[in-house]
Amino acid sequence: MSDTPFELTLRAVSLGYAYAGKPAVSGLSFSLRRGEVLGLLGLNGAGKSTTLQMLTGILPLQQGAVEVCGHDLARDVLAAKKNIGYLPDTPPLYAELRVDDYLAFAARLRGVSGAAVAAAIQQAKERCGLADAGRKLVGQLSKGYQQRVGIAQAIVHEPPVVILDEPTNALDPLQIREVRTLVRSLARQHSVLFSSHSLAEVEAVCDRVLIIHQGRLAADEPLTTLQNNGGLETLFIQVTGDGKANS
Amino acid sequence: MIRLIALKDLRILFVSPLAWGVYAVVSLVLAWLFLTQLDQYLAMQSQLASLSPPPGVTELVVAPLAAAAALLALMLTPLFAMRALSEERRLRTLPLLLSSPVTEMQIVLGKFLGLWAVLLPVVALVGLMGASLALGTRPDWGLLLANLIGLLCLLAAFAAIGVYASGLSAHPLLAAAVTLGLLLGLWLVDNAASSPDGALRQFSMSAHFSLFNRGVLDSADVAYFVLLVVVFLGLAVLRLKRQRTGGR
Repeated sequence: MSDTPFELTLRAVSLGYAYAGKPAVSGLSFSLRRGEVLGLLGLNGAGKSTTLQMLTGILPLQQGAVEVCGHDLARDVLAAKKNIGYLPDTPPLYAELRVDDYLAFAARLRGVSGAAVAAAIQQAKERCGLADAGRKLVGQLSKGYQQRVGIAQAIVHEPPVVILDEPTNALDPLQIREVRTLVRSLARQHSVLFSSHSLAEVEAVCDRVLIIHQGRLAADEPLTTLQNNGGLETLFIQVTGDGKANS
Repeated sequence: MIRLIALKDLRILFVSPLAWGVYAVVSLVLAWLFLTQLDQYLAMQSQLASLSPPPGVTELVVAPLAAAAALLALMLTPLFAMRALSEERRLRTLPLLLSSPVTEMQIVLGKFLGLWAVLLPVVALVGLMGASLALGTRPDWGLLLANLIGLLCLLAAFAAIGVYASGLSAHPLLAAAVTLGLLLGLWLVDNAASSPDGALRQFSMSAHFSLFNRGVLDSADVAYFVLLVVVFLGLAVLRLKRQRTGGR
């Protein structure tokens, strides 16, 4: 599936979402290119998770449109979802299953055919450093390994678009470094969109950064231009530091 | 996809001690009932023979057993139902299903089949115990079959109601309580009927099951249970769709 001829793998046009009349996201537009790592940066409560949940079809599109590899998420839901791999902020793990069985379930659920499942699992495990963990129960793994299993289920079906919601949350520094390396290596075959509230992380991993503030897009910059203009931190403080943040 | 989701649920259930513990208790209770009924039948056999026509062993042993199994299943369903959707929400695993290329209908049907399959050993136990009568006598196969079909229909309705109730709340125990409430309500609603043929009886699961229990196979009763399954699964699908608009 990674050979689809679309240069743009994901396109979001004026996304809007309101919880009980209170807008959480509004007028958000951006696109993701093949081979790109895009960081979604914002304060807690800025609307990062809501945005990601809309892109993955978990929340309905109240406003706006999403296109995944040419498939409209509203009209062609199943085809669009097949092209996405998603890791929510809490990894959706079944503690009672073995890693192999869990990944097999995730692969089948995303439409990997029965014959290809074993190879898909093998590859996902190797890429996420889980080669020896296949027989272990998911619930008995350490937090860092559980996060790896979470990432493995997001890439097991080789989706063109990988969406990770705060993948380094609650990990120790060593594990954070591993996840960053993994995200970078994913970019060779997938487009990656991941959210974070760590500036250092976005600087270390991303090609481009989106800053969301109070549900609106506050900046959309390639990191290379930022390095010449005082860096990411200056920009971030500039767009979010107006005192109205709900910290 | 439906089968995949059902099998995943069954797999998770059978690696935990819950299912095995419950089955152990169910077989113990049903075996106890079966043997006491059989014992009473044997003690009264000479007196029964003077009645005309004499009631058969199937009527006196298997029918009460099936009725007891139905009540037992009514109490078990909430235990398993709370795991169906409620637990997935509590453990935050539902996003895996929702972000995958499956429809809400497939998720609900998968959950329904998984739950129904968990309850089926109850039917199998009644069937095996009834069939074991063939070792000593000639059981009334028709009556036994009617009871088994009745139980199958009843458990399907239980499972559908359980899946719906399980989708209502992210608190598994609350989901279990709602399941029990709905099941008991639909089971006992005929108690409020003013006459034995009152309209309320038409809504009662026990009234429809009692016909199967007496060996009457009526397509209207089967239709009632099918309708119940369709209605509650439809409600569950709507609920799942609405939940997504309801936010985190």
